[in-house]
Amino acid sequence: MENRLLVTSSPHLHGKDTTQRIMLDVIIALIPSLIVSCAVFGIMPLTMTLVSVVTCVLVEWFVQRYLLKGQSTINNLSAVVTGMLLAFNVPYDLPIWQLILGAIIAIGVGKMTFGGLGRNPFNPALVGRVFLLISFPVTMTKFPLWQNSAAEGLSGATSTAVDVFSGATPLAAVKEALKNNIPMETIIDQVDYMNLLIGMKGGSLGELAALALILGGVYLLIRRVITWHTPVAVLGSMAVMALILQLANPQLYMGPLFHLLTGGALLGAIFMATDYSSSPMTHRGMLIYGVGIGVITMLIRVWGAYPEGMSFAILIMNAVTPLINKYVKSRRFGAIK
Amino acid sequence: MTDILIYTILTLVVLGVVAAIVLYFVAQKFKVEEDPRIDIVEGMLPGANCGGCGYPGCRGLSEALVKSDSMDGLRCPVGGDSTMQKIGDFLEKTPAKSEPMIAVVRCAGNCSVRPKTTLYLGVQSCAVENAIFGGESGCSFGCLGKGDCANACSFGAIKINPETELPEVNPELCTACGACVKACPKNIIEIRKRGPKDRRVYVACSNKDKGAITRKVCSVGCIGCGKCVKTCPFEAITLTNNLAYIDHNKCRLCRKCVAECPVGAIQEINFPERKPAETTAQIN
Amino acid sequence: MLKSFTIGGIHPSENKLTADKAIENFPLPTKVVIQLNQNIGAPAQAVVKRGDKVLVGQLIGQSSNGLSCNIHSSVSGTVSSTDPVFDKGGRPVPAVTITVEGDQWDPSIDVSDTIIRNINIDSQEFFKRISEKGIVGMGGAMFPTFNKLSFPKGSGVDTLIVNGVECEPYLTADHRVMLEHGEEILIGTKLMQKAIGLKKIFIGIEENKPDAIEHLTELAKSYSDIEIVPLKLKYPQGGEKQLIESITGKQVPSGKLPSDIGVIVQNVSTVFAIYQAIQKNRPLIDRVVTITGKRLPHTGNFLVRLGTPIIDILNFAGFDANSQTAPYKVVSGGPMMGAAISNVESAVLKGTSGVLVLEDNDAIRHKELECIKCGKCIAACPMGLEPYLLFRLCELKRYDDLIANHIIDCIECGCCTFTCPAALPLLDQIRVGRALARKIASKK
Repeated sequence: MENRLLVTSSPHLHGKDTTQRIMLDVIIALIPSLIVSCAVFGIMPLTMTLVSVVTCVLVEWFVQRYLLKGQSTINNLSAVVTGMLLAFNVPYDLPIWQLILGAIIAIGVGKMTFGGLGRNPFNPALVGRVFLLISFPVTMTKFPLWQNSAAEGLSGATSTAVDVFSGATPLAAVKEALKNNIPMETIIDQVDYMNLLIGMKGGSLGELAALALILGGVYLLIRRVITWHTPVAVLGSMAVMALILQLANPQLYMGPLFHLLTGGALLGAIFMATDYSSSPMTHRGMLIYGVGIGVITMLIRVWGAYPEGMSFAILIMNAVTPLINKYVKSRRFGAIK
Repeated sequence: MTDILIYTILTLVVLGVVAAIVLYFVAQKFKVEEDPRIDIVEGMLPGANCGGCGYPGCRGLSEALVKSDSMDGLRCPVGGDSTMQKIGDFLEKTPAKSEPMIAVVRCAGNCSVRPKTTLYLGVQSCAVENAIFGGESGCSFGCLGKGDCANACSFGAIKINPETELPEVNPELCTACGACVKACPKNIIEIRKRGPKDRRVYVACSNKDKGAITRKVCSVGCIGCGKCVKTCPFEAITLTNNLAYIDHNKCRLCRKCVAECPVGAIQEINFPERKPAETTAQIN
Repeated sequence: MLKSFTIGGIHPSENKLTADKAIENFPLPTKVVIQLNQNIGAPAQAVVKRGDKVLVGQLIGQSSNGLSCNIHSSVSGTVSSTDPVFDKGGRPVPAVTITVEGDQWDPSIDVSDTIIRNINIDSQEFFKRISEKGIVGMGGAMFPTFNKLSFPKGSGVDTLIVNGVECEPYLTADHRVMLEHGEEILIGTKLMQKAIGLKKIFIGIEENKPDAIEHLTELAKSYSDIEIVPLKLKYPQGGEKQLIESITGKQVPSGKLPSDIGVIVQNVSTVFAIYQAIQKNRPLIDRVVTITGKRLPHTGNFLVRLGTPIIDILNFAGFDANSQTAPYKVVSGGPMMGAAISNVESAVLKGTSGVLVLEDNDAIRHKELECIKCGKCIAACPMGLEPYLLFRLCELKRYDDLIANHIIDCIECGCCTFTCPAALPLLDQIRVGRALARKIASKK
């Protein structure tokens, strides 16, 4: 007779959280942004995302099955999240073979080399993205514009100012304009914040509409997938730094709102920096990590060679994460000072 | 062009010299004086770092061997007498002789003789299971079968048999280091003499319950009847807490107790098969 | 804004299925098995032998030296055995088994319902009585109350916190005791106040028991120095250290006792038992037990004689173990900290606050996956520890590192395991590691 009486250690209850459910929540949170992207660019973003996701899942399955010879882990959906994030971080017209290569690098090198989910020191999607950015700088930085003549200046600060800006993100456009000594007033006139909010701008596939990303972030907060610490620290430190710079010299530096709404700021702060295994585990640690990302991002944006520095900033802070985990502990009950 | 080359070489040389000087002084300042013999003795030891000697790793034992005056109580169970003799010769000390030993599992309650009454879910570790309750069967002294002993063994000498769910010791690999003894939360494993020709007799049970209770939960458990105690011609068997124990220093391997035990809890290992007429004493 | 503790905590679904069910008397069993080790510390020594006739409330186990307490018969009848029995985990423990015959009480015990509000008793007599009557902490830890209340003179203990939190899901025993014996609890606290010289008494109750809060607040109006504190719903609010912080705002320093910051905590059921010991001269022989389970036909809060076998309770509740087709689990106490019972023949103890049957999916464990470093366990830990790290260090048996990471502070509340998305058995390992780490630390 089989024994039905079970004995286990306490607690005998378990919460509703599972790895799979958490990953599913992230996927759900990313969908509004994908919808906006499809609305702007047509069916292509969806195709790109699917290609990226399928490649990531297949690579993970292959590595797990034939190289690590372990149980397949693809049903925890983490490869799907990586695939979506990678696709969100590239221009929608990137050649498909480059995207597939990026996905292989993301999962194969960025994740499975270290042992899979929970062990990767760097955000795998960003590993893939930065690999693509360095290998194919031309295709990775040429952003197609929204195909609508009515949308004047929709890459934020372009068309009327100088023609060569077309095909750039607002960040790149502004950086270029400043370099060419175009007066600040002209640039500011070109920036339409409403367009930034709803996605009428140039940029990577998934970073178009600030509102859609914020909506996803709120969903993740409600589902307690992420805590407020990392996003607020990233965006807060970026805003503070932008404000200080703007106050110091309004002729040279754009204000906080522009920096928060452009580039990968929101996508990075909400979805990339909060990646579990590559970010610190204590709330205090998250704050330090977030501020680090914000400051490095701003440094690259303002003084660096690239117009956008979010991916580099996150990867740099990923490297610091083990150190933060070791030295920044949570507040302990009854700690004796 | 040559200027650059010269300056580069010069800078590097100067840097190198400065670093070398710093390193030299630091090394001098923090030098640790150590008896060179410790390294040699460590080289003679098997290097398993099993802790069977009671010291943290082979180096600990080497230090103790070099520093102490006599080698009494210092012994590498893995290397055995030959290793100890070698070290003794090197250090000009006399090693203490000891008999070869082996780990013995004092539980024979496999799934058919000791039925399970509950099902444990959780970490597959004896220590964790033992912290929660007495075990899946009715016997709270018996083997839990989760293999903490097997995990503790550095030599792969002890393995859980998936059919019986009991650990089995491979006599060829076992070095009697005692790691499994420490790992077992139920204190079932004992280090006993290997015996001549690897022959030994022991009580394969650890149950301290009263006989009537033991009988209910396991058909090969020691019921503490004391028949073996009376039978033993050498007073090698004692009965404490309803459990018989054979002192391996007194036992002369006559095997009278084996025949006497009503539940078959006493096991004989490596004896030739008995001929029917040969049930009388046959002292080795 | 209701008070609560500041670090960690979780919100398991409450499942207080029996909150509305008044306390009933559980039918007398045919035999009781009274364990002699019903406290932390040394077991009592049996003072009866086989064949002896005993009355309800008669002393059957004399406390040993040191940390120990008296055991009394909960029934009248004949001692059928003084042999060891198996406890709920299947390990042999000393016990007295009594065959029940009638229900004759020791004549010195007052069995009436009268409540006396003004009891004059000096401190010495008070302590003598609680030690004689075998009172232990009834929240689950079973720490002898006599020892808990005896601290050196001038230790500055001036605050009593009565624990009516009952933060464990499913359990409602304390809730019902507060509703039905509120007056007695308040008198009990006043008795303790007089005996140990307390200045202030708080009774902490979570907001999910508004009727108890209201009832006790109303009653407390006629007593001085008693304050009812409603608390925010959060597990493990009933943990001693958490409750103290919730109410006083002070944290007991790591490695110290509550009395070091001038506070003692007693469970409401314990206070009720103290009252009964003093006024009615009644030893601790029965307690309110919540019998519950989502599918049990007959649940409720019952006054159960100590030593009643769990199997009797299961049968009474309409649970037939033999006809089960799905896995099930019987838990003694609450689902978060209670222990799963492997031996249903074992008996109700002084600390058994509930008997809970979990069936099917509630009983089994989720498959454990890889740690995803989400940090949820850290956020949930009410002691501010890092369970994922402790878990790993326990697996690696690195005890010095465990001590350095404060594993000894762990209260084994189970928040980490509850919250872990990868369903890692964090507490399984940490419990074992903590026990060993304590041993190692105490040697140093």
